[in-house]
Amino acid sequence: MGETFAVKVLSRAAGKKIREGEIVFVEPDYILTHDNSSAIIGKFESTVPEGKVRYPGRLAIVLDHVTPAASSKHAAGHMKIREFVREQGITNFFDIGTGICHQVMPEMGLVMPGSIVVGSDSHTCTYGAFNCFATGIDRTEAAGIWITGRTWFKVPETMNIELTGSFDAGISAKDLILTIIGDVGAGGANYMAVEFNGPAVGGLRISDRMTIANMGIEMGAKIAAFPANIMTSKYFMALDIKIEKAVWSDHDAEYARSLEYDLSDIVPVIACPHQVDNVVPIEEMTGTKIDQVFLGTCTNGRAEDLKSAADILRGEKVHPNVRMIVAPASRKEYLKAIKMGVMQDLIESGAVILPPGCGPCLGAHQGVLAPGEKCLSTANRNFKGRMGEKEAEIYLSSPETAAASAIAGEIKDPREVLR
Amino acid sequence: MTVFHYPQNDINTDLLFPGKYTYTCSTGPEIKEHLLEDLDPAFAGAVQPGDIVVAGENFGCGSSREQPSLGLKYVGVKAVIAKSFARIFYRSAINQGLLLVQSPEAVNYFTEGDEVEVDPAVGKVHVGDRVFGFPPLPDEMLDILKDGGLLDHIKKEYIIGDEA
Repeated sequence: MGETFAVKVLSRAAGKKIREGEIVFVEPDYILTHDNSSAIIGKFESTVPEGKVRYPGRLAIVLDHVTPAASSKHAAGHMKIREFVREQGITNFFDIGTGICHQVMPEMGLVMPGSIVVGSDSHTCTYGAFNCFATGIDRTEAAGIWITGRTWFKVPETMNIELTGSFDAGISAKDLILTIIGDVGAGGANYMAVEFNGPAVGGLRISDRMTIANMGIEMGAKIAAFPANIMTSKYFMALDIKIEKAVWSDHDAEYARSLEYDLSDIVPVIACPHQVDNVVPIEEMTGTKIDQVFLGTCTNGRAEDLKSAADILRGEKVHPNVRMIVAPASRKEYLKAIKMGVMQDLIESGAVILPPGCGPCLGAHQGVLAPGEKCLSTANRNFKGRMGEKEAEIYLSSPETAAASAIAGEIKDPREVLR
Repeated sequence: MTVFHYPQNDINTDLLFPGKYTYTCSTGPEIKEHLLEDLDPAFAGAVQPGDIVVAGENFGCGSSREQPSLGLKYVGVKAVIAKSFARIFYRSAINQGLLLVQSPEAVNYFTEGDEVEVDPAVGKVHVGDRVFGFPPLPDEMLDILKDGGLLDHIKKEYIIGDEA
């Protein structure tokens, strides 16, 4: 019987043959932390006063969550992190404006195919787009790995999602992953690895794969991974990095569960408040008035996403009752979008542009909602209170739907605009 | 001993601790002020050491923020009994030394007013007049839990060990 991606990667890291369900100790290739590094530093220092990080070269710290600082308390956290970075000689430090950690990590070549990356952020699973075994941990565990260099994993079972066909116009990767989450449920892939296989995988752009892998956690998955292919090679070639450790499941690998999706069957969908798996076809929600549209985040803040929205917004105006907020995923993606003319289209349509970063996604600043307001967002979570106000409602959609709805002032099917 | 019963599934980390406070509250007292704020605003004022939380499926889903597990440990919650737990929360609870009991049977049997007791050493949970077994943690995790959490475990295993 063949082996899954998860079994192969963890076997190699553990240096022995392993089976599903077994506990293994491994040394992750990189440990990502972000603004929460200041709290992690506190834990590190109280455990090993004046101690040194075991492998400073394996740390990656990205300031992105509340950047530029929204208060002096946030600023003090950032200051503490910069001091620690200097003291410990951490080279993979990316200060405010570089971008969202999950965009910056691949851009800096830190999420290589076949490697293991952990991060004190649940959306660390995004790197599965690059054939990387990547998963979220808490702050305490990050502090522990800074000290010891290692951690444990229970070798997961795997869910296989087979993809065929291609998307119709106006439909994109976000509609696919929301549809899958709606079917599987918020806990349906709990503790499991998710693999994406099938003939359609080769046609998915890197940005599509990132959108899909990013939301693996919203169905409970430990990792959500794609095979490395020609697009993966090109991505790393552009960074002058050669792929050496890519690995993938055997054709006869045994899966705990298998699902199939034909991309040409996918329609625009909306995840309604207050759960990501509360997914309905868009026609059930069209006409819902909205107060704010948020285009961005680690799910949908890349140049391709901004372009999909700009293609719909070009020559049109954002509805007078709607604030449209845009946050590019990184400086690099921002520049790409500028060169494509996308930023001019967005600004001319009336959008407000934020610096690269998480923006209002986590409800700390830059577009917090008022009680009773409705926001249509391209982010990955619509939990109650997520955007700073528990009496507000968050609806999740693709960039295409976000753009069409921003013009209409209400939830609108992007296929109607594209016709 | 009070049992706080939240029967719904998929109670997420934003309900347990709102994201807007994650970068300004990290100590026990700071966390307690907002613990379960958007789920049960009365919880933080009422909870006492030794109390128990009973919940549905996929408890703790969402963010990797550790304020939910750290906060529940800080206020002295003896155990969270749920039908199932989200994996990052599950790991985080072990890292904080917070006992989790996965027992759908115990949760289904529970009715308001039932006394609940947990005996982790033998893997038993008492609900009213019934006793339910729950799967014991693997040894590696049990060691962390016994030491009171991951960092205390590391202090014991690595740091004292290195000097010896």
